Amino acid sequence: MRNILRVWFVLFGILALVVGMGSVAQAQEKTLILATTTSTQDSGLLDTLVPIFEKKTGYFVKTIAVGSGQAMTMGRKGEADVLLVHSPAAEKKFMEEGFGVSRRLIMHNDFVIVGPAEDPAKIKGLKSAAEALKKIAGAGALFLSRGDNSGTHAKEKDVWKVAGVKYEGEKWYQETGLGMGQTLNVAAEKKGYTLTDRGTYLALAKNLKLGILVEGDAVLLNIYHVMEVNPQKWPKVNIAAAKAFADFMVAKETQEIIKTFGVDKYGSPLFFPDAGKKVEDLGK
Amino acid sequence: MDLILEGFKKAFWLLISFDPEVLGITLLSVKVSGSATLISLVIGITVGASVALTRFPGRRIVVSMINTGMALPPVVVGLFVTISLWRNGPLGVLGILYTPLAMIVAQAIIATPIVTGITLAAVQQLPGKLRLQILALGATRLQMLWILIREAKLSLLAAVMAGFGGVISEVGASIMVGGNIKGYSRVLTTATVMETSRGNFDVAIALSIILLLLAYLINLVLTQVQQRERPR
Amino acid sequence: MSHQPVFEARDLHVIRGGSLILKIPSLVVSEGEILVLIGPNGAGKSTLLQTLSALLKPTRGYISFRGRRIGSDIPLLAYRRRLAMVLQEPLLFDTTVYNNVASGLKIRGVKKDEIEPVVAKTLARFGISHLRDRSARTLSGGEARRTSIARAFATNPEVLLLDEPFSALDPVMRETLLEDLERVLKETRITTIFVTHDRMEALRLASRLGVMNSGEILQTGSPELVMNHPVNEFVASLVGVENILAGKVIRGNKGTSLVSVSGKEIEAPGDLSLEEEVSLCIRPENVLISNMGSGDTSGTANRFSASVERITPMGPYQKVHLNCGFPLATFVTGCSLSALCIAEGSTVLASFDTMAVHVIRKGQPVDAR
Repeated sequence: MRNILRVWFVLFGILALVVGMGSVAQAQEKTLILATTTSTQDSGLLDTLVPIFEKKTGYFVKTIAVGSGQAMTMGRKGEADVLLVHSPAAEKKFMEEGFGVSRRLIMHNDFVIVGPAEDPAKIKGLKSAAEALKKIAGAGALFLSRGDNSGTHAKEKDVWKVAGVKYEGEKWYQETGLGMGQTLNVAAEKKGYTLTDRGTYLALAKNLKLGILVEGDAVLLNIYHVMEVNPQKWPKVNIAAAKAFADFMVAKETQEIIKTFGVDKYGSPLFFPDAGKKVEDLGK
Repeated sequence: MDLILEGFKKAFWLLISFDPEVLGITLLSVKVSGSATLISLVIGITVGASVALTRFPGRRIVVSMINTGMALPPVVVGLFVTISLWRNGPLGVLGILYTPLAMIVAQAIIATPIVTGITLAAVQQLPGKLRLQILALGATRLQMLWILIREAKLSLLAAVMAGFGGVISEVGASIMVGGNIKGYSRVLTTATVMETSRGNFDVAIALSIILLLLAYLINLVLTQVQQRERPR
Repeated sequence: MSHQPVFEARDLHVIRGGSLILKIPSLVVSEGEILVLIGPNGAGKSTLLQTLSALLKPTRGYISFRGRRIGSDIPLLAYRRRLAMVLQEPLLFDTTVYNNVASGLKIRGVKKDEIEPVVAKTLARFGISHLRDRSARTLSGGEARRTSIARAFATNPEVLLLDEPFSALDPVMRETLLEDLERVLKETRITTIFVTHDRMEALRLASRLGVMNSGEILQTGSPELVMNHPVNEFVASLVGVENILAGKVIRGNKGTSLVSVSGKEIEAPGDLSLEEEVSLCIRPENVLISNMGSGDTSGTANRFSASVERITPMGPYQKVHLNCGFPLATFVTGCSLSALCIAEGSTVLASFDTMAVHVIRKGQPVDAR
């Protein structure tokens, strides 16, 4: 009796494996590896766009959401076909070093500084983000940082640089090492300030006791580009699929979808489509 | 506290409504971890029993390696499997990175030492002369192995539960080698991590509850089988 | 019916952990005999059994089974399937009694419907039919042993090897199981090798007795031969000779000799050389005691007046320690003691027949066949 059970188990196992392998049978040419950031994935935009792209072109998209640094590294190592990221400085370096064949502007959203209603550092309404951070440092008010070398963290460091104040190691400066959503929750719990992308904030706003205090500064713009990885460096790159995806992202219909994404849910759009524009023209 | 309550409510609704995405994720969890456990059983029981019964030079080293393997950090396994399976890596030709198959492989690597170690201890614990008696009854080496495994079935079922428990709850390696791709390589654990990082705690809790329920049900069945054999 | 021996072992050496634990120049086991091996722990009895059943490979030498060499002329597996072995612990499988007894048959690939009648018959033979569906875990010690032996018999072996199967049982259980085994062995006439360190078991079952120590067989022969004519003092003490007296030959006669032991003269059988040093073995059962002056002086050459030093109870008998100038022990029933009005301190007449004396000559070669 036991023997029969065991045989069945093994058969089931083999079956499961076969099914598993079936999914591998996707021909390599029809697969696109898209490396992007966790915050991009968390916004939900790709959950809407990717299926449309897949239906249109027949490609199977593997969206790998990792930290900004890791996404770029994947591109450098040829482990991804196309990148959708938002770290302009690092992207420029990427292109200069010849790892990408094309870099196209897709959209932007912005960062905002949020904080508790009490606003102990009195930064509400300031036009300059750097100014706001200076005041937070001056007041010794609690500031939460993601501290994970993500795009958001990189942006935050840039603004601190402009502000020119010491923040590392200070008592009021705490690094969570967590994703944006979790960091917002921590900030809300501890009644502290933090820098966040508008999209994640909007998605969680109704449960958080945090308000947008500073917005609109040009330095707070979060700009997204799509980059096709250079097949000359890495022959296994599926450059045809990468190009198709990049083309898709700048296409008129896609840009329309981006324009209205999030409106029904949050009242305002999460992203602003910018395909074809010049970076300098971005803003209002 | 209300967050957890929210979680329970959400879990309830997701299950009742047979939400297709959640169903898919749950099924995939079972498929992946189930297959990995099965593979680990086949390899683990054979190797564990053989090592337990054979004397060979360097046996001590092999046994300590197996015991160390039981404590192998899953993320370490995930890292090494990922690096091996990279397109441009040593096993890149297989092209299985970011697929459920890669997850099965990584989980099998995690579970196998656990099953091997427990089997090794279980078989070693059998009375020393039992092996002689079985051979004296005219058994072939293979028959003897099979009979000994049957005699140790109580401990071996514990090995199954340990192996399965280790991989159904695994997340680090699964995310790395699977990519957590929606509808394709997303399982309960990886989905929970993602929802948490997004701040959707109610969904994260709901998925956790479903995972716990799943683990409990499967272990319930296995425990029934195991305890049915207990001395009365 | 061939008179070919069932087993023939030659030059058998087993070395383990650097030391020689079995050294048997020659051993022959005949069809239908029950060979009982006795010896102290560590004598090599289990090692010999395991070597005979091909569970242990000898470092040197070979064993022939019905004329064919084990390992070369007969493949090991086929050979093992013609034997059955029962070890010290029952070592039953964690299943029902039925399945246990059937296990040997299942291993041989016998079909299910053919197994049923054989197992039923075997269960009945050992009186455990009522335990058929019981889990082996719930059996008592005696029931477990019966099952273990039944399991061995179910495969209809040509040879049965038993390694101290009753050693850990209480005397009552032991007696019962021994009786049953005796009966079955008599019915089946199966060639048996039985290892024990219990003298009584050995005497009950043996058609041939073998005494082992330190990996060697010191003596084999019929029980009567070994018991009454042990080849040396060690064998003598092992088979239960209580009286071993050292002495020197002072006179030789036709067919008998006079041996001086502690100043007294004992008549022993055999032509011995003068001045030769010998050990005289006298079984306590062969020593008679009577009251002084009871008159009967016919026949017995060896008569000594003795004082009773000590009387110790030994189960159903009383062991009487006498001092005749040399120590002498005998077994008497309690009734006889009181009938003879013998107590510690009494003086009695101790006598034993010349033929009851077995002489061990120092330097006598060991007879190992």
